[in-house]
Amino acid sequence: MTAATQDPPLQRTPLHALHLELGARMVPFAGYSMPVQYPAGLMAEHHHTRDAAGLFDVSHMGQLRLAGPDAAAAFETLVPVDVVDLPAGKQRYGLLLTDEGGIIDDLMFVNRGDDLFVIVNGACKVGDIAHIRERIGSRCQVVPLPDRGLLALQGPKAVHALRRLVPGVDKLVFMTGGAFAWDGGELFITRSGYTGEDGFEISVHESQAQALARALLAQPEVQPIGLGARNSLRLEAGLCLYGNDIDTGTTPVEAGLNWALQKVRRSGGARAGGFPGASRILGQLDGSVPVARKRVGLVALERVPVREHTELQDAGGRKVGEVTSGLLGPTLGKPIAMAYVEAAFASPGTRVNALVRGKPVPMEVSAMPFVPNRYYRG
Amino acid sequence: MTVKYTPEHEWIKLEGGGPATVGITVHAQDALGDVVFVDLPEVGRRYGQGEVAGVVESVKAAADVYMPVTGEVTEVNEALRADPSLANSDPLGQGWFFKVKLANPAELEPLMDETAYGEFAKNAS
Repeated sequence: MTAATQDPPLQRTPLHALHLELGARMVPFAGYSMPVQYPAGLMAEHHHTRDAAGLFDVSHMGQLRLAGPDAAAAFETLVPVDVVDLPAGKQRYGLLLTDEGGIIDDLMFVNRGDDLFVIVNGACKVGDIAHIRERIGSRCQVVPLPDRGLLALQGPKAVHALRRLVPGVDKLVFMTGGAFAWDGGELFITRSGYTGEDGFEISVHESQAQALARALLAQPEVQPIGLGARNSLRLEAGLCLYGNDIDTGTTPVEAGLNWALQKVRRSGGARAGGFPGASRILGQLDGSVPVARKRVGLVALERVPVREHTELQDAGGRKVGEVTSGLLGPTLGKPIAMAYVEAAFASPGTRVNALVRGKPVPMEVSAMPFVPNRYYRG
Repeated sequence: MTVKYTPEHEWIKLEGGGPATVGITVHAQDALGDVVFVDLPEVGRRYGQGEVAGVVESVKAAADVYMPVTGEVTEVNEALRADPSLANSDPLGQGWFFKVKLANPAELEPLMDETAYGEFAKNAS
């Protein structure tokens, strides 16, 4: 017998006790003990978020601020997106890149006027902060915010519930944010999320996180939602899960994230290039560097869930790709997946076979999102 | 009537001299969460004890269903195929998976009874 490896103890979010009180099933996730589902179950939680409003604890995610007059220009050297011209109050999706153009993490950032407020994935936050400090720590202050909790309130009735507690929040539109007062404290709220629904992400001091969650759960529209439904909602919305659908081995172009690369950073733009991996990424964008594989959406033509790592074959049985996320979409009632396929198989309508337990399951390349987004754009 | 349980969380129920009925336990369906798909064995096929005879999938995860004893599958639960949520709502009743004609009834003997399984499941993660 060999000595067991000692895993570090799981961290707890400010809502840990509340999750237990609500009967959540807790699992290890990104180094934290997190609720995967509550007694209502994944399906009910998924449908509740699509129909009303779901409250998610996403306090495991990393929050940090980049401050100083050079922060935006410095941050632009790490990401292929337009930071410098982002107006105050606006939020944008960004990608940290390796020098080869692979994706270190995906993130959201807001220009708050006097700083950039950045939210990164929980499992990546330690590495992200080290990377940002190493590359631009001499040009701006990189300030982690470990004393902030993060709640996401998602769904078509999220605004009805939240504006009762935080008047004025209904004035925000998709991908904007602002500071709001609540119960003597300060919240920073953005109108965004990761479910494809209208909704909000609320950064709150850890000392107020539980009280705010309880106040939200007391609203008739709101139910607690676990990581299980968060995953099925984001997949239906066509959104990437870092570690599954994107990683350091995929570039933004292979991942189909071209929409996130504003013109100003592309070849011919006023601030073209200047980010890690730029020659490869810009080459893939203009066609001078081949894109061997692309991320696509797939819908199964039989009712068999097709999971991550499932091999995809052409009609002749040759491997042409692999599934990176897959499940039975609760809103659609049919199996959906994301996959990387050879570029020749990436057009909507193309048929491939997924090899599930040795049996071919026919799938068709589909446009994403699988469920239409319902963001509030004013 | 005899009901026995496997360490893989299947139950097998023997009534009279007919085929035995097999399903997954309350603990198993609870651990899986909402069941959305079942893959059932072929009727008429003979399976060895411990062979994979089916698959049960929740939205999040897939799990194999093992044959608790050697034998031939005589019937599968078409109602469960049509409505996999029966595995959650009535795992020991309408949510049964298949029936099997036992080749060697002595294989039932070492399986757990209800009390032993209850203890086992309590300690299972």
